[in-house]
Amino acid sequence: MFDTRPPKLPAIPGVGYKPQHYSDILAGPGAVGWLEVHAENYMGDGGRPLAQLRALAALFPISVHGVGLSIGGEDPLDRTHLDRLKRLVDWLNPASFSEHLAWSSHGGTFFNDLLPLPYTDATLARVADHICEVQDTLGRRMLLENPATYLAFDETTMAETDFLTELVRRTGCGLLLDVNNVFVACTNRGENPEAYIDAFPVEAVGEIHLGGHDAQEDDRGAPLLIDNHGAEVVDPVWALYAHTLGRTGPMPTLIEWDNDVPGWPVLEAEAARAHAMLAETQA
Amino acid sequence: MSAFAPALLDPTAAIPPGLSDARGGPADRRFAVYRNNVVVSLTEAMATGFPVILKLVGDEFFRAMAGVFVRSHPPESPVLARYGAAFPEFLETFAPVAHLPYLADVGRLEFALREAYHAADAAPVAPDALADPRVMDAHLRFAPATRLVASPYPIHAIWRANSEAGAPPAKGGAETVLVSRPDWDPWPRAIAPASARFIQALLAGRPFGAALESAGDEIDLAATLTLLLDTKSIIAIEVPG
Repeated sequence: MFDTRPPKLPAIPGVGYKPQHYSDILAGPGAVGWLEVHAENYMGDGGRPLAQLRALAALFPISVHGVGLSIGGEDPLDRTHLDRLKRLVDWLNPASFSEHLAWSSHGGTFFNDLLPLPYTDATLARVADHICEVQDTLGRRMLLENPATYLAFDETTMAETDFLTELVRRTGCGLLLDVNNVFVACTNRGENPEAYIDAFPVEAVGEIHLGGHDAQEDDRGAPLLIDNHGAEVVDPVWALYAHTLGRTGPMPTLIEWDNDVPGWPVLEAEAARAHAMLAETQA
Repeated sequence: MSAFAPALLDPTAAIPPGLSDARGGPADRRFAVYRNNVVVSLTEAMATGFPVILKLVGDEFFRAMAGVFVRSHPPESPVLARYGAAFPEFLETFAPVAHLPYLADVGRLEFALREAYHAADAAPVAPDALADPRVMDAHLRFAPATRLVASPYPIHAIWRANSEAGAPPAKGGAETVLVSRPDWDPWPRAIAPASARFIQALLAGRPFGAALESAGDEIDLAATLTLLLDTKSIIAIEVPG
């Protein structure tokens, strides 16, 4: 049986770790109290990446965030990759491990993107099996993140929030609630993001993500938001975050910024804004 | 997914059936977002992994060429630090760069540097470790980061001229490069042909004396050993018991 205790990340802001910020973080983390790393960037045998991660883990709680397990895929999980992940989680013993409700590999090809899946009884059973396999292998509870999506499947029979609620019931996993993804996906579907948050199984949430997106339009002039993690969090997403905290209470909150990464003061200022909102939130 | 997946890499494929914009319209522009993410993110990984090739052919040409590569050689593993091993061979057969015959070996050097960056840590032997009188019969074990890259072209000079500010323009002929990782940064260094033969024989598992014999008389042994020790390339000296 895996450890079902809640994740140990503190209910304060963290940031996605970028090597160019290493010295800044050691000199003064400011409002940033923990760090998240992409699992796949730390699967080498040694060298600077692992040395930096070891040093940071001695100072901060670390969240390991996978982007390559393809939990939403049709194929069986890649055991070689799952074993790599287990090695990392075993030596690092992070405060949390999370992955995505998405697929990234199919037929032996890795596509390096978080791709969408239809929500049906069949996909529900398959994703639940994959989550159980991950949790059994790692010997710990994982968090599953809601995706940013750009299109819909005709065969979908259930709402994403119902799909996630049922996954939690079947597997005992927790959820990573990405508020920017909610804003992006709901806008792209023409739905109300606050209604999505209100339908979300908040009792399972162990972490929140905030990030930037790019605003475009589709061929018919409808808004098409792209989750690019390449800009500041926009005001409507901060407002949705405040609404979310009203339901969840204070939560570990990550600022994700993966492309066009800014200097440390800009990233820290985003964390400070989250810190101020967390401080105003009733436990 | 059996229709979705191949259409991601094939820009001429029709958009898979059963998708919509969730408003009753087609998914066309929305499917293109995924298609674009896949190729652009993998192209970016190639640009990060082969910065000297990028500099040699220019940004626009590199991205077009990498786009052809990622569509024909997509990754099999989610660990992109190891992606691109097939790129040098691709460069040898990609007709638009046939006039740059050194490109593939420069790519091999860049990939060796990347492997060295992620290689396992290993403590080097003490500086006086080779003073052992039984050294002629000994097998030397090398740090996991150690690589030799040989080419009929001056690949180290080309690499330097496109990596280091103020480095001289590349000229000359064949070069063999020793890649080591004294600390965290991989360090490429052109070595003499006799030194290359010596190190190649040691890496192949020959004992010190036999490796020295295969190197030939022109080897500067003192300089070669100093280089191996200075670069922390030797991690054990196994003397037959």
